[in-house]
Amino acid sequence: MTRESGMIYALCFVLFMVGLYCVVVKKNLVKIVLGLAIMEYAVNLFLILIGYRKDGIAPIIDGATDAKTFAAASVDPLPQALVLTSIVIGLGVLTLMVALCIRLYERYGTFDITQIRRLRG
Amino acid sequence: MKGMSLIVKTVTRWIKGFIFLFGIYIVLTGHLSPGGGFAGGVILASSFILLTLAFGKEVALSKLSKNMASELDSIGALMFLTIALLGMCCGGAFFVNFLHRSHPGEAFRLLSAGNIMLYNIAIGIKVGASLFMVFVIISAIKVVLKDDAMKMIRHK
Amino acid sequence: MFELIFLLLIFCIIGALVAVETRDLLSAIIALGAVGFGLSIIFLLLKAPDIAITQIVVEILCLVVLIRATISRDLTTISGDREFFGMIATVVLLFVAFLFGLEVLRELPQFGAPLFTKAPGAVTNVYLTEGLAKTGAANIVTAILLDFRAYDTLGEATVLFTSILGAMAILRIRSRKKVRD
Repeated sequence: MTRESGMIYALCFVLFMVGLYCVVVKKNLVKIVLGLAIMEYAVNLFLILIGYRKDGIAPIIDGATDAKTFAAASVDPLPQALVLTSIVIGLGVLTLMVALCIRLYERYGTFDITQIRRLRG
Repeated sequence: MKGMSLIVKTVTRWIKGFIFLFGIYIVLTGHLSPGGGFAGGVILASSFILLTLAFGKEVALSKLSKNMASELDSIGALMFLTIALLGMCCGGAFFVNFLHRSHPGEAFRLLSAGNIMLYNIAIGIKVGASLFMVFVIISAIKVVLKDDAMKMIRHK
Repeated sequence: MFELIFLLLIFCIIGALVAVETRDLLSAIIALGAVGFGLSIIFLLLKAPDIAITQIVVEILCLVVLIRATISRDLTTISGDREFFGMIATVVLLFVAFLFGLEVLRELPQFGAPLFTKAPGAVTNVYLTEGLAKTGAANIVTAILLDFRAYDTLGEATVLFTSILGAMAILRIRSRKKVRD
């Protein structure tokens, strides 16, 4: 593995670790939601990085090229299709988390998770 | 306080139709160019969200009411499943692209991909309506002061 | 090309650190928006225009929802002391996990040489060579999403439907209770 590719994967991993640090250490609910969003970004970026081909073209055929030369030049479309679903699911999950945050704020008057002690049904 | 300042309202009045049109374009040409049902649906929802932010909730809800958005959400999901089930009747398997098999259109045209455009339309309707609905519900929540919340806890 | 991706990744990491460490919640959310937009440019440079469009649109919607959730609350800055010792212990543990992760990264394929180029029987080759003839869609990502792997999309639509339904159910209880009171 060359130094370049190792470094770019490592930076992606650093981004993931920043999100994990935010989720573990912070006590504010909105900060925890932000940390989860950062982790999700890092995972999406990693999947796209895995499928990248050097000097590749986008996986969209135009009329000029035939299928063989296109397949020899294109980047991997499969991770892109999976990440596309993952991004939209991330939006839905973020909406659900924001709704939970709003409800908790109304019940307890704070975003601080150390003050949200009493659980009740 | 209804909506934002005059500048925002005027710009929104001019630009909202173009955003909606761009969303429809992204949905319809998802099989030819970058885009598709998800991105186009979010753009459709964001045109209504711009309307909500600029003019207030009532104007946006008069264009697309909450019940209508909820119905459109279900209609999109059901349309997606119905087209998939039609593949079972006409092509022999779930999710088979029967339109392209029976009528293979000329490549790189709007009608070239058979079922894929119909799926894109269904997903666009579903995503747009559901995101607009959830934004309206989130923005409808009023601020509760801290003392009131504490009082609520103590009463229980 | 590589240097540009490198610089944008550094920008994203700095944005994420600002989003994590700042005390004002509104600034944190705007810094998260900077991370998302930088990521969108990286996706465009990595030849994934579908992802770039979706990322930039979803990011705008995320920002609107998050700002709407926090800006109207009266508590937008974080106060209170932090546990210094606990934070140091967490950072050390995360660093150890990071070192182990670096060992794992060595087993990955080279950046710029994905696995499907080495394996002739990989499913991606079928998608790329026969995608246009089998589905008629010029955009191979859409062809995979809605024809070859449409079950994934069905599951995705179900998850989105359920999460939106859950958010609505959570937020609706209060208004009903208020009417009863």
